[in-house]
Formats: sequence, C-alpha cells, structure tokens
Amino acid sequence: MILDGKCPTGPIQQSWDKHRQELKLVNPANKRKFKILVVGTGLAGGAAAATLGELGYNVEAFCYQDSPRRAHSIAAQGGINAAKNYPNDGDSVFRLFYDTIKGGDFRAREADVWRLAQVSNNIIDQCTAQGVPFAREYSGYLSNRSFGGAQVSRTFYARGQTGQQLLLGAYSALSRQVNAGSVKMFTRREMLDLVVVDGVAKGITCRNLVSGEIESYWGDAVVLCTGGYVNVFYLSTNAMGCSVTAAWTAHKKGAFMANPCYTQIHPTCIPQSGEHQSKLTLMSESLRNDGRIWVPKKKGDTRHPTEIPEDERDYYLERKYPSYGNLAPRDIASRAAKEACDDGRGVGPGGYGVYLDYADAIKRLGEDTIASRYGNLFEMYEKITAENAYKEPMRMYPAPHYSMGGLWVDYNCMSNVPGLFVLGEANFSVHGANRLGASALMQGLADGYFVIPYTIAGYLATIKPGTVKADHAEFRKSVEDIKKRNDKLLSVNGKKTPAEYMRALGKLMWNNVGMARNEQSLKEALKVIPEMREEFWKNVKVVGSGAAFNQQLENAGRTADFIEFAELFAKDALYRDESCGGHFRTEHQTEDGEAKRNDEDFCHVAAWEFTGIGKAPELHIEHLKFDNVELAVRSYK
Amino acid sequence: MDLTLFVWRQSGPNEKGKLEEYAAKNVSPDQSFLEMLDEVNEGLVREGRDTIAFDHDCREGICGTCCQTINGQPHGPQDGTTVCQLHMRQFKDGDVIYIEPWRARAFPVIKDLVVNRSALDRIIQAGGYTSASTGGVPDANAILVPKPDADAAMDAAECIGCGACIASCPNASSMLFTGAKVSQLAYLPQGQVEAAARVCAMTEQAIKEGFGNCTNHYECEAACPKGVDVKFIAKLNREYIKAQLKAGA
Repeated sequence: MILDGKCPTGPIQQSWDKHRQELKLVNPANKRKFKILVVGTGLAGGAAAATLGELGYNVEAFCYQDSPRRAHSIAAQGGINAAKNYPNDGDSVFRLFYDTIKGGDFRAREADVWRLAQVSNNIIDQCTAQGVPFAREYSGYLSNRSFGGAQVSRTFYARGQTGQQLLLGAYSALSRQVNAGSVKMFTRREMLDLVVVDGVAKGITCRNLVSGEIESYWGDAVVLCTGGYVNVFYLSTNAMGCSVTAAWTAHKKGAFMANPCYTQIHPTCIPQSGEHQSKLTLMSESLRNDGRIWVPKKKGDTRHPTEIPEDERDYYLERKYPSYGNLAPRDIASRAAKEACDDGRGVGPGGYGVYLDYADAIKRLGEDTIASRYGNLFEMYEKITAENAYKEPMRMYPAPHYSMGGLWVDYNCMSNVPGLFVLGEANFSVHGANRLGASALMQGLADGYFVIPYTIAGYLATIKPGTVKADHAEFRKSVEDIKKRNDKLLSVNGKKTPAEYMRALGKLMWNNVGMARNEQSLKEALKVIPEMREEFWKNVKVVGSGAAFNQQLENAGRTADFIEFAELFAKDALYRDESCGGHFRTEHQTEDGEAKRNDEDFCHVAAWEFTGIGKAPELHIEHLKFDNVELAVRSYK
Repeated sequence: MDLTLFVWRQSGPNEKGKLEEYAAKNVSPDQSFLEMLDEVNEGLVREGRDTIAFDHDCREGICGTCCQTINGQPHGPQDGTTVCQLHMRQFKDGDVIYIEPWRARAFPVIKDLVVNRSALDRIIQAGGYTSASTGGVPDANAILVPKPDADAAMDAAECIGCGACIASCPNASSMLFTGAKVSQLAYLPQGQVEAAARVCAMTEQAIKEGFGNCTNHYECEAACPKGVDVKFIAKLNREYIKAQLKAGA
C-alpha cells in the first residue's frame, strides 16, 4: 500500500499556518467531555499532558518511573535548537529547516520539518516564561552556542543540563495541571497493551508496578510519548527502563513501524570498561566545540597521550572535513572513530577509543572558562574513569543513543490506527536517517506544546466522547492476555536470566546490525534472532510473583519485546539496500567511505505492518518529495 | 575484590524488615555500585531466590531515581555522587557494606530499598511553577535576567529531587528540596508575581507530608549529590517571612 502522510500542499512557508486554519476545533465546553491518555512523561509527554490539561481536556498521564520528573529526556546535556537568530549570524527558519533535512540525509518529510523549525522559536519563549534558567550573557540576554551539523550558533543551553531543565519546566507545568485537577497522574505504571475497538484506539492496559495488578484505562484518544528503542543494543546511553514495549504493543495492535533501522550512534561516549557494564554514558556533543579529536598516526601506539608529539597525531575530523572539522554530524563522526579504531589506531583498553583533547582550549581560554562551560561533564568523566580531563585527554567511543525510526504517523502525528497519536522520539517523523544535535529536545517540546494541541482537536471533533469504557470486552480480553503472558514468563523456570538474553541480543545487534551493516551480517542476525526468541520462551528464569513489585518480571517482558522487535529492525536494515545517515550498509559507500544513498529506489519511508510473530511483516511505502530542498550528496567537507 | 553486604530486606510497607547478609565476589574496581548489585541479583536468580529490589534508571547521576543509604550515608561515601555514579574503587577488598533505604516517615518503604517519594511531587504540585500556560508568552529576550541572578537560579535548579537531603536530616526536613525550587523561581523576574503564594503553599504542603523543620545541621548539603547550597534554605525562610509580612499588611 502507498501511504499518505496528509501533508498540506502549497508553499511550505505557509503550510503549518494554513493547516491550523483548516483544522477543526473542539469548543471549550465540550473539551472536558473528552478523555485523553498520555503515556510517558518526558519532554513530549509532559508537555502534551500539561498543555492538553490547560486547554480543558480531561487528561490521564502515565509513567513507569516513580515520578514524571525522571523521564530520560532529563539526561540530554547539550542544548536545544531554535531559529531565533539572536546572534545575528544568518540563521532563519529556512536554514534550520534546511540543516535538519540535510542532516537527516534527505529521508524526512519536508512539511513536518518545516513546522518543527517554525515552532522552535515559540519553545524558547515558553520555556523562558516557565523559569527555565537558560545561560545568559552579562547583558541579561540569552546566550547561544554552536553545535554539530550547523554553521550558525542557534543552540540555547542551561549549563550541561539542558534536558534536565527543560524537563523540569514541563514537569512543573504538568504539576500545575495535576494541582488544578485537569490531569490525573499515574506513576509506576507500565503500558503493556493498546486497546483497539473496531479499528480505533480506545485505551491502554497497564501493569501497576507496585501491586502487580493489571489495570484498564479508557480514553477517547491515546498519545504515546514513550521514547526510543536503542536499548535493543543492550549497552546504550538510554536509561535502564527505556524499552520498545509500549511502541511494540501498539505495533502488534496494527500501528505501522517506520524505518526501524534508523538509529543514531553518538560519537562521544565513555568507552566500555568491562563485561559487567550495564550502560554507557554520553558526554555532550557540545564538548566538540572546544575539544579536538585525535588518534595517534602510528598503529598500536601505547605512549601516554601527553607524550605523543603534535606531528604524530591525526586530527582526523579536521583533516577529512575541514569546513566542519570537529563539528561534523554525529553519524559521520561516529563512523570516522570506528574507522580509526578498526585501523588499529584506537586508544585505551581494547583499542576502542579516540582522544578528545582540551589542552589547546585550556591554553586559549583558561581552565576557568572551560570549567564554567563543561565542568559537570569533566566531573562525571572523572567519577567513571578516575581520569582528570583537565590534565589528559578524554577517551571517547561511539554508543547507541537515539532512534530516528519509530511508529509511523501522518502530518497530524496520528498513526494509521485512528485515535492513536505518537509524539517525540517514539515517532519517525522529522529526523530522517540521522538526527542533528540539540534537535531531540526541540522535537519533543514542539510535538507536545505546539503540535498535538491543534491536531488532536481535528480528530476529536469527528468522534463522540466516551463511547467505549473500560468494561468493554476488548479491555477484558487485553487484561487476560497480559496475565497469561506474565504467568508464562514466570512459569518457564529455565536456566538463563533475562539480563543474559538482553546482553546476548545486544551483542548480536551491535556486531551485525550496528554502526556498519551488510547483507551477510544482517542475514546472519535474522537467522539467530528467531532461535533466540524460541529459546527465551523455553529457558528463561524469572523469579518472584506477578502479583507484587517484581523488577525481574518487568525486565523479562521488556526483553521478550526487544527480541521480537530486533527481527523487524534487522529486516528493515536488510530491505534498505542503500546507505543513508546512520544506516550504513558497507556495500554502499563512496570511494572515501561516505554513505551512498540510492534516491531512485529508496527515497521513501518503509512502514511495516505486523502480521504475526515470526511471520514476514507487510511493507507499506510513503514516497518522499523534496520541493524546497534539492536532493544532494550530503557534504561536510 | 570480595565484599560482605548487609542489605535491608522488607517485602512491603507494613511488613517488618531486616538486614540480610550476602557475599559479593570478584568485584571489579571499575564496576559501579549498582552493577555490583546487579551481579548479586543475577546470582540470586540462578539460585531461585527473590532479588534485591532497588530503584535506578538513568545510571548517569541525573534522573534522581537511585536512593540507597550506604554505611549510613545517603548515596554512599563519595562527595557529590549519586549511588549510580559511585564506583567500587571507593571500596577495598574485605569491606563490609551496609545498604539501607532512605529513612523518613514521609518516604514509606515499598520493597527492600525502594521507597515512595511521591510527597516530593506533591510539594511541587502545590506551587513549584510559574502559571505560564502554553502560548501567549513574550519573546524570550523581552525578559532580561542579570547573569548573576540567572546563575543563582541555575545553581538552585541543579536539584535532582532524589531526597538524599531528607534521608540525611535528623528532622527529615525537606527544606533544601523546597528551598531549591522556591529560590530558583524567586531569583527570576518570571517567578515574582506568584512568589508569596508559592512559598506559602509549598511550605504548607511539606508540613502536611510530615517533613520536619531545619535546625541547621547542614547534613543535607553534605549528602546532596549536586552540592545544592544550604543558603537556599535561608532564601526559603526569607521568602516565607516576606510573604507573611505581606499577608499581614
């Protein structure tokens, strides 16, 4: 089937304004009759729940954490983009739009990206009004810095904790609505099923993580803001609780999954220290503003970095990409690091690391300036590695960080299942095949504050409120299905722990479906994953009870979903017989090792329909048209 | 290295808990404290025993989920560090480690080391915000904030809401937590309009939750993984008195 994204037609500059004018409205007195479920309380979910509550809808919000303030948006460090052009350096909505399309290697929808760029400015205004303590100049005006993939300074920041501050802004707006009674907050709830009645999303089934009870919640619309799935690699920069579960259950209930093979490997993370490792820690990309990345020119050079003279160092990003240098986009910087390490010039234990060096910046700006810009990051680095980055260079290696792919949505952020909306990282819409730095925060808040409040009204205006309640047979069936599945997990009583499966899956995905993939590695993965899935259900060991607080059961369920999802991920990577952005097929590269797109055959979104576990998913295609940006070879040289 | 752990086990809020002994063997100094506990739990699963429940999520010291009292100190022996960022190189072979949950009446135990901290959410819900609904706000640069004020607001806003300040306080006072949010907004022009109502509502809520008063022990600042300064408690008091005087006038 050919999918229609329902994008507005006409000049792109007016597309969102025109669309807003045409959307139906729900009158204020009717809004409180509609109940909206918002799942996840990160930037997208927190902002959406707060804003929909302010508008007068009856909102119920859910998170698996003990408080909505803990969603993993909190870990974003560097900043948030906006086309304010405060520094007067030539920025504009068009330039932000253009950079995002190009950064995504021409695999995103023009109209969605335009809207994102347009509302980016409103986000900064909104967050400032909330009291988000953005960095300021001595004049009292807001401060900006530069970021990867852009030649202007458009990034707003709050020390190295921008995500934290923006999330706390959304959390306080949400708290205000909880106090006002317009939002009811359900913490420690994990969504385990989407309830679909006659093809329309009408509610969710959750596990109460404290009591173990399986609970039903009905709503006139369901808004999924449940983040990304890179924990499929086991070791990633995501929080331990981040999972594909909510999105995957929606997929199993009919929602299409688009471009799952687009994942971002972040270039600057602290290298793994051993087998015991449970997660990887990211060091903000902003570090690349002042730090210089290098490896020794000589293979297997084991000298201490400060003993390697200048002319024996290879500042490979500056050498290969002179105009962007250390600020080359993430996919390019990550691959370049892998290349240097594969070439035997990596540093640190195991040779999986490159240096990020501050010596020149400290000489130029002084230690105090560097400390004021990155102090908390340097401290964090020292806690993990016991090394002092003011005295010796940091060691960095790429790590899975973000998923550009996700549930398919149209221009209104609604999936192909009517009534199911998907926001933020959980959807596929704006980042194409690679996301630029400081754009995730922008998307989460754009979707939550400025897109969904308009587009959801367009849907609600066409339906009657409260027609299906939690006593409907579909809800009861869903509860039974979840109970059965949990009982099964608890009764296998095999030999391997859920964590062992997750580690094995992660290793397979990293080696075969990671930063570089090819037909052979993918086919191999597609042979192993189904075997792993079958073995899991015969040999997993889950202790404890389903009717109580049980973190082992939580992990087992998430692992089972990741194993199923991994197969679709690898299938999509095999289907996409080209390289683009973060999807690098080794068969398709230019002479100097850059990603080589195939626009003739793959300038489209691949959206997959679930047909059963272990069965071939059905492919649906949405063609991508570029009317405002010329399809070009992405060059950062 | 090999360690002996005494871990607080409690099956529910109304059950009696006790310390139980576990052995942690072949621990690498590069492991984080939680990774050490992960391995202990893996061993328990293999033996078919119930695992030690503990809260954790981001494992990079920013989400504020992890909360363990290690050898009597919330977040353990290293200054300015959450449990998840505490690494085993802070310990040595043969050490005996006592691991307990946050201890405060307002934080009832859910299971083992997991406690209910929703009281902190309710303090924020009482007034920890500016009432700026989405849309209709001025251009960001129309509000000028002197850099020292912006920096002070950011210092206060570093709070991750973990509750270590409360767990370490002999009065289980939440005044550092409440003071951090009150101060952040009090330093900024955006927070002025509702300043008096905010500080009163948040303080009342904290009392209702059963948190105590500050008697200047400064344990909170010492335990805070983000180094939030006790001067924000002074600021909280000042804001509170200002609000009371205003109400009186």
